[in-house]
Amino acid sequence: MWRTMKQEKENRPRPGQDLREQIDMNLRRVYQDAVEEEIPDRFRLLIEQLREKTKGG
Amino acid sequence: MTSSGHPPSPEEELTTHLPALRAFAISLTRNISSADDLVQETIVKAWSNLPKFQAGTNMRAWLFTILRNTHFSNRRKRKREVSDSDGIYARRLSVRPEHDGRLAFTEFVAAFDKLTDEHREVLVLVGASGFSYEEAAGMIGVAVGTVKSRANRARARLQELLGLGHGEDLVGTPTDQALMAAATAGSHGSS
Repeated sequence: MWRTMKQEKENRPRPGQDLREQIDMNLRRVYQDAVEEEIPDRFRLLIEQLREKTKGG
Repeated sequence: MTSSGHPPSPEEELTTHLPALRAFAISLTRNISSADDLVQETIVKAWSNLPKFQAGTNMRAWLFTILRNTHFSNRRKRKREVSDSDGIYARRLSVRPEHDGRLAFTEFVAAFDKLTDEHREVLVLVGASGFSYEEAAGMIGVAVGTVKSRANRARARLQELLGLGHGEDLVGTPTDQALMAAATAGSHGSS
């Protein structure tokens, strides 16, 4: 917590800029959390099926 | 899989974009099962169009475009028969343990869920997944200026939902201001 406060103070250009940066940081986190979700097996199976179909013509 | 040195085939490359594609779907729908149906539809469409994909161009942008076009066209067909304001995904996210800024992030996710799909889309494309305004404009099918103004409006709406004015903290130190803002956002909903 203290480290975060220190970092924020160090790279704080303007209030508006700072808020925007914080919003983007949270956006990246929402997105990144979703990226790190495990891909369900149904997609591996789907791609296998599509591959088979393509091979079979 | 592709460690032998040769460049991946389009089929192989498609697989590498799945986590990002699914994250984009989750961002748009805010509901895991809707997101997975959307990803499934996108993969099937993309697969049959792979011969038309131009090698050397951005496959991720191409896939995202198919996904968002599918989503908005499905939505037009359904006309909001299902509302996902329940935020199944958001509720799951918010119980994750956080080291700092926990309250702020939980409130952020709740506010993000309340945005329109169009606002979430533009914010994720330019704010989170690293596309340029130009690329996002190409994907959404609007002018660059429209992307910029839409992104600004989406940010303003987020701030409004979070009860934040200029210069107030969103994450990090639990200042009285931030706690007040979070408490206010929590008790008054979207008003």
